[in-house]
Amino acid sequence: MWSWETAREGLPVVLSGFGITLLATVLGSAVAMLLGLVLAVALRTPTRWVTLPLRVIADFVRSTPLMIQLFAAWVLVPGLNALTLGIAVLGIHYATYTCEVYRAGIDAVPRGQWEACTALSLPRRRVWRAVILPQAVRNVLPALGNYVISMFKETPFLSVIAVQEMVHRANEYGSVHFAYLEAFTLAATVFLLASYPTSVLMRRLEKRLAR
Amino acid sequence: MTGFFEEFVHALPSVGEGVAVTLLATALSAAVALIVAFAFGLLTRSTRLLVRGPSRFTVEFFRGTSLYVQLFWLFFALPVLGFRLEPMACAVVAFGLNFGAYGSEVVRGALEAVPRTQWEAAVALGMSPRQRMIRVVMPQAWVQMIPPFGNLLIQLLKATPLLSLITIADLTFEMDQLRSLTGSTAQAYLAVLVIYYAIAAVLNSFMRAAESAAKTRLGQDPGGS
Repeated sequence: MWSWETAREGLPVVLSGFGITLLATVLGSAVAMLLGLVLAVALRTPTRWVTLPLRVIADFVRSTPLMIQLFAAWVLVPGLNALTLGIAVLGIHYATYTCEVYRAGIDAVPRGQWEACTALSLPRRRVWRAVILPQAVRNVLPALGNYVISMFKETPFLSVIAVQEMVHRANEYGSVHFAYLEAFTLAATVFLLASYPTSVLMRRLEKRLAR
Repeated sequence: MTGFFEEFVHALPSVGEGVAVTLLATALSAAVALIVAFAFGLLTRSTRLLVRGPSRFTVEFFRGTSLYVQLFWLFFALPVLGFRLEPMACAVVAFGLNFGAYGSEVVRGALEAVPRTQWEAAVALGMSPRQRMIRVVMPQAWVQMIPPFGNLLIQLLKATPLLSLITIADLTFEMDQLRSLTGSTAQAYLAVLVIYYAIAAVLNSFMRAAESAAKTRLGQDPGGS
């Protein structure tokens, strides 16, 4: 049965993992956003021997489970600490999603903008940096934000490679004190309290940018 | 590599069973999720606050609390309260509610995307609310729902390795057995990833077929290219 006392004692333990959860989300998102952008731009080069392998790899990463990717990376890349490895895998996994988001955002930049750049004979680098990307990135911010929220909710997967994030701590506390009910309820509450306000904010941002 | 391959061929029956368990969990969860998605997609559109409020809360609850935690809560915490569910039931309930909550947003969005004039025309023709929904609005909304539903289905499939954490002998579990038997860790994980990729590809082509069938029925995209 639920015991308030156990819950009060367990709360600091569960929260002690929250820092790692946040760190993994922030760094993982940074990797996903940068790598996704690089991937999206690379996929637009006209050389097929560049785009074809990239497309196959991205498709493979996107449609296979994160949990097994974590396991596989854990045994295949020795010498890295679990958190670094977890962040890298999380970031690469989500980059295959953000890449699609950027692609749609880049496609949404009016053709006239490209033509104007050609007419001004701007170098390719400047076309991307000064004209296309600023417009594309503004359009895709809300969609990227949604992926950050869903990554936040997938960080517990990192516990399979023994990263001490929040759910890992909750699970440990639960098994030691036989307090699974309190531990997992607390973890769920923290997720809800953190992710709900963020998704409300994202929805508002989406509406404002849509105007 | 040859050692692993021989063992793999040898273990094919149990790997096959693992695939069957994974597919069963995916299918059952998807069915529950579809029902939940439609129920809450319609309820959150209600004009009555007493209906809309609680259903919005439920959807936000299941979207906001992480699937991983929900599954572990059902498996580890619920027995403390005196209810014990079979592991597979835990999985189906957790996946069904979580993905159903995401799906309900898809249903809601698709219904809202059907042009207002379609509703108005149905009213002008004197159709009952039921007829309006079934004959006019839903067939158009359905076409829009299939691609996001397809994405959710793949997400659901990708969440099934969690089954192995709650003692279910799914594909991941069987491969893990094979891995410890052969010691060929890399090959075993590669094999699981490839099998998952193949299943995802099949599900994708299935959803694409469903989409073009729904479009043809609507008179869009004749022939279903």
